[in-house]
Amino acid sequence: MAEGPGISDLEHAFREEWGAVVATLARRLGDLQAAEDAAAEAFAAAAVAWPATGVPPNPGGWLTVTAWRKAVDAHRRHSPVAVDPHVLGEVAPTPGAEEATMSQTLGDDRLGLVFACCHPALALEVRVAMTLRYVAGLTTKEIAAAFLVPEPTLAQRLVRAKRKIKEAGIRFEVPTALTERLQSVRTVVYLVFNEGFAATSGDELIRGELCEEAIWLGRLLHRLLPADPETAGLLALMLLHHSRAAARLDATGRPVPLAEQDRTRWNATLIDEGIRVLDTALARREPGRYQLQAAIAALHAQAASFEETDWPQIALLYGSLARLDPSPVVEVNRAVAVGLADGGLAGLAVLEPVLASGALAGYSPLHAAHAFLLEKAGYPERARGAWSRAAETTANPALREELLRRHEDS
Amino acid sequence: MKYALLIYSQTTAEEYAALTTALRQPDTPPGAWTDYTQAARDAGVLLAAEQLTHSETATSVRFRGEERLITDGPFMETKEHLLGFYLIDVPDLDAALDWARRMPVHDGQTIEVRAALTGIPWQKVLG
Repeated sequence: MAEGPGISDLEHAFREEWGAVVATLARRLGDLQAAEDAAAEAFAAAAVAWPATGVPPNPGGWLTVTAWRKAVDAHRRHSPVAVDPHVLGEVAPTPGAEEATMSQTLGDDRLGLVFACCHPALALEVRVAMTLRYVAGLTTKEIAAAFLVPEPTLAQRLVRAKRKIKEAGIRFEVPTALTERLQSVRTVVYLVFNEGFAATSGDELIRGELCEEAIWLGRLLHRLLPADPETAGLLALMLLHHSRAAARLDATGRPVPLAEQDRTRWNATLIDEGIRVLDTALARREPGRYQLQAAIAALHAQAASFEETDWPQIALLYGSLARLDPSPVVEVNRAVAVGLADGGLAGLAVLEPVLASGALAGYSPLHAAHAFLLEKAGYPERARGAWSRAAETTANPALREELLRRHEDS
Repeated sequence: MKYALLIYSQTTAEEYAALTTALRQPDTPPGAWTDYTQAARDAGVLLAAEQLTHSETATSVRFRGEERLITDGPFMETKEHLLGFYLIDVPDLDAALDWARRMPVHDGQTIEVRAALTGIPWQKVLG
């Protein structure tokens, strides 16, 4: 795991509690904005009360119950006549009992919130922002920084999404038609992970957080649906990729290519967990894109060195992936694997149609793959041109430096 | 919650006229829309449904100061025409989307799903 000044324990605890309070209230109120407002009031009340009385034994319960009361008050203020007892639920006479009831349903509450934030009736980028804000508890500022969107724009998107959820009747529940909705959740989680992992731009600190948040979400989903192979596949994929985090950057923050990574710095615990989760999923014999990608990552994780990697098997897995989910990006990866299994020319043959289509002309990894295969096939001059195109097309300064170094070296 | 499932189509006025004329023939067998409507009714979710004339036959009343101008044609000239709607009462958006998905519409048509607001004063008149 990448070391560095992450957010403090207190901040993390705060975010955890905040997310839990918002989830519980959102589900009960059917209104995320009202839940958020009530949570803010409860945290403000804690800031006043706790220094005087000390932190209560169950801070989460205290915050939830306080927020709940604030929400009930606000509801009464806004609609003095019709307080729907069904909406407001039963309020237990003693605070202790109340806290117990509230925390019992917490797992469901958080999942309900995940499914609402990832509802396909919201645009994909909105789903990502909503999930990071309300499930992972990132601030609007952090999310805006991570996705290079002006903060007011992002805030506006969140406001609009909250209104849509409330008015269109999107529920904070685990849906009955799970398959399709789950697919949307997985897409969002993986997007979050990739945004952190690929580090195309933006603040590195927040980037690392995104990976952790995505894995946290992945674990949550896997816990709910242990029998769903693709959900397990997604978790395994993220764990296996993240296991390389410490080796992916050198001391100066430059990315280290897979071939040159110090494999002793890979996180064995994450690898073991990833492989264990993947094996259980694969045993169900319902392959999918996440399981296939995780299987590829597992082969990397198990290889003693770059040279000893089972490239023919990886090339085959990319082939399966391309059949299941055809995309030029998969072809780029397959080309590299074929190049390593059968030589540079074989790899270039796979890459040729992708280059010719021009579909990925602005995609830096395409040019890096091209350069790599050209070098391998013995065309150093043409490789130089491809390295420089790779450097031009990346938005990540550290990566650009690394690619320019390759350009100089070749 | 009440939802309107609004049926939009690019069907031209001529195509639509031919279609509806054919549908009105006494010997026309009940089709997929009959089954759909029956299913919604049997499920107890159907509040209302109407099939509209083509928007080419619409008349608009435009408010200009004190004037009320009657004009020939729809409010907006678009390629997508609102040809009908179902008003259903279901628990949430997922259920509404499910009914929208089950509609026997043609390729290229679109169903817009809109929830109805509640708690507005004028609605009390309807009881």
